[in-house]
Amino acid sequence: MPATPSGLAVRARALRKEFGSFAAVDGIDFDIARGEAFGFLGPNGAGKTSTMRMIACMSPRTGGELEVRGMDPATDGRAIRAGIGLVPQEDALDTELSVLDNMLVYGRYFGIPRRAVRARAEQLLEFAQLSERSDAKVDALSGGMRRRLVIARALISSPDLVILDEPTTGLDPQARHLVWERLYRLKQEGVTLVLTTHYMDEAEQLCDRLVVMDRGRIAAEGPPRQLIEQQVSREVLELRLEDADEGRALEALKGLADRIEELPDRLCCYGEDGDELLAAVIDAGVHPNGVLVRRATLEDVFLRLTGRSLAD
Amino acid sequence: MSIATPTPGALDLEVAAGRRGTPLWWRALNSWAFRWARTWRSGLAANFVYPVVYLAAMGVGLGSLVNRHLGASAASLGGVPYLAFVTPGILAGSVMQIGVHEATYPVLGAIRWDRSYLSQLASPLRVGDLLLGHLAFLAFKALVATSVFLAVAGAFGALESPEAVLALPISVLVALAFFAPIAAYSVTRENDSGFSTIQRMVIVPLFLFSGSFFPIAQLPEGLRVLAVCTPLYHGVALERACTLGRFGLGDLVHIAYLVVLAFIGWMAARRTYQRRLAG
Amino acid sequence: MSATAPRLAPLWRITPVTTSLALASRVVARNLRVYRRGWMYLLSGFVEPFLYLLSVGVGLGHLVGGLQVGGRAVTYAQFVAPGLLAAQAMNGAIFDTTYNLFYKLKYAHTYEAVLATPVGTNEVALGEIGWALARGTTYGAAFLGVMAGLGLVLSPWGVLCLPVVALVSFAFAATGMAVTSFMRSWQDVDSVALALLPLFLFSGTFYPLGVYPSAVAWLVRVTPLYQGVDVLRAFSTGTPSWSVCWHLAYLLALAGLALAITSRRLRRLLAP
Repeated sequence: MPATPSGLAVRARALRKEFGSFAAVDGIDFDIARGEAFGFLGPNGAGKTSTMRMIACMSPRTGGELEVRGMDPATDGRAIRAGIGLVPQEDALDTELSVLDNMLVYGRYFGIPRRAVRARAEQLLEFAQLSERSDAKVDALSGGMRRRLVIARALISSPDLVILDEPTTGLDPQARHLVWERLYRLKQEGVTLVLTTHYMDEAEQLCDRLVVMDRGRIAAEGPPRQLIEQQVSREVLELRLEDADEGRALEALKGLADRIEELPDRLCCYGEDGDELLAAVIDAGVHPNGVLVRRATLEDVFLRLTGRSLAD
Repeated sequence: MSIATPTPGALDLEVAAGRRGTPLWWRALNSWAFRWARTWRSGLAANFVYPVVYLAAMGVGLGSLVNRHLGASAASLGGVPYLAFVTPGILAGSVMQIGVHEATYPVLGAIRWDRSYLSQLASPLRVGDLLLGHLAFLAFKALVATSVFLAVAGAFGALESPEAVLALPISVLVALAFFAPIAAYSVTRENDSGFSTIQRMVIVPLFLFSGSFFPIAQLPEGLRVLAVCTPLYHGVALERACTLGRFGLGDLVHIAYLVVLAFIGWMAARRTYQRRLAG
Repeated sequence: MSATAPRLAPLWRITPVTTSLALASRVVARNLRVYRRGWMYLLSGFVEPFLYLLSVGVGLGHLVGGLQVGGRAVTYAQFVAPGLLAAQAMNGAIFDTTYNLFYKLKYAHTYEAVLATPVGTNEVALGEIGWALARGTTYGAAFLGVMAGLGLVLSPWGVLCLPVVALVSFAFAATGMAVTSFMRSWQDVDSVALALLPLFLFSGTFYPLGVYPSAVAWLVRVTPLYQGVDVLRAFSTGTPSWSVCWHLAYLLALAGLALAITSRRLRRLLAP
């Protein structure tokens, strides 16, 4: 515990979490500034959720330093949690209670007075576009509504730090965009957002800065655009080829592409100009079964850093 | 090697089964039996523990006080020790519990939770078949429980006659008479909130006042008439006739009562099942 | 400023009792809100023991006749009523901390969100146990009132039955919670009912221990429900002796042990 708090929302040094002999989080450093939207990106099992739970003071760290809201979770867990809102991966809504009662009961866990909690709950249900469903049972809500309710619930104590574990996993595109829009508004109000995701587009949409996690470690850190520029070229050519054509295509691209990744079902060729790469392949007499030229994304960053695709 | 197409061998068996004309309800029974096979050990343990505990506590323990007070062959208890009197009462009560339990949580679960009714309906099975299959499965459970109970009771020396084996079919009848009407109700439910009320407001009073633990002759006039109208009273009378070896023509009345109740319940269940599952 | 691992958490973390209790009371309030709509269910819990009492009064009582308690002659109903009172406290308390708790732990994941608030695992344990205790005691108080009305409480000592009922509820609620924290499947949970049945029937509820062979009687003397039955019977018949202290100490120790185990297990389950 530093003598003077760092002024950061979260500060971690050599943070570790072990379960038996398995290190879920294997010594990571990161700083999250107040008001920032910070993402943890990585596949399942990368250690994102373990990190979230340590920040939320729901799981003691095994080693290293951690400071959240200027305090140490090992000694001040309750005080820290009082200012945190959590959106857990499973909704963990109280299915025995109505929508409004979920909000009221949850607010009381923070010690908010009865009268204040009701006013705040109604306001937040408005924000989550759930006012009309406030007497409904939780079971009767759609996936998107449940998610919005969980976000509203997390805001009941007016937290300055909101932790979201996979906020839009399992939602259809329309529901996802509605959730993103609400989170964006929170960010505008100066709330610190910490989220995990394995969706690239989510990370690019919401995060000011992110770390890429893999096997309990941090593989890279930075703003999404900067990570892409640093780690991979601007454009990507994806080719689906007959096995027999692959040698010729690789030959044609040699010297032209910055880097080539051979995936089981396709080739990813990185370069400044994807169309130029494609022309070279066609000129070599190769006829691809499928072609896609696109901008590089965080998915490519992850592939570059770990040699694996995020979907694995 | 495709996942969607079954292997040729499996398909042949299915076709052959259809050709031989296996009754459809038998397949519904199989689906219950398949799950029973995974958990039968704990079920059997309960079948065993229940009579041991009840017979030891009420038959032997409480019985020693009764025999001291009334003598070991009181006329009010049919001239037998309290253990022999109470054993068929407990048997009827436990068979009732089996029927009621099977008619509540498993029925609702087959619609709401593991949805086994629904998966059965996705096959050629019709609503009537799956109801029959469930009835057959219940009959099987009642037979297993009663067999274990009789073995334990025999070891306690609580059976007065070899006619006790007649308790096996009687138990099936008692279980069905409770299952059918309650299943007809359960299948209409959206959640299990009514079940604990059935347990506390219907099953417990029946168990306590239908002649299991004391002769209903001791009840005040009004309560006695009420007790005679309950299905458990008839179940207890029948089980008692079996274990004491006093089966008589008069017992046909009890049988008729339970058969009529089971039949009415079955007709009602066919109707509510149809409405809920194929409506 | 060195990077040290946080020290091992003590068994019962020291937090100001007022906030801890205040937070636990919010867990109780949550359950109260759920049951506001299930009053029918709560009401049916009152009825069951009265039925037992009635069946003893009109039926079994005539078969058994009178008995002796601490040198005092009592009717069979006067003998059984305190036994049923203890069983009532046990059942009322244990259902909430077994079936309901298992559902919340394994299926609803209710606590996953609760523990992100200032409420910690100890407050969850205290709150759930407190709720079960309140329920068991409420049932017990109603039952005691009916006993008094029917002339089954023979002495002013009977007033002390109420705190004893609370203690029995507390001990069984805590024990139920500790046991549930080790359960893996609904089958495990169902075995609770199977374990409660012999406790209900053999703990001197329906007849004195003198009926048993002495080895069995001693076995019964170390089981938890017997403690409650014996104390309640001593108070309701007005025949207390110093042995009451042993029973109360036993129940307190059981509650304390179960609470400590629960506290440790919940932290392992919910905040690993």
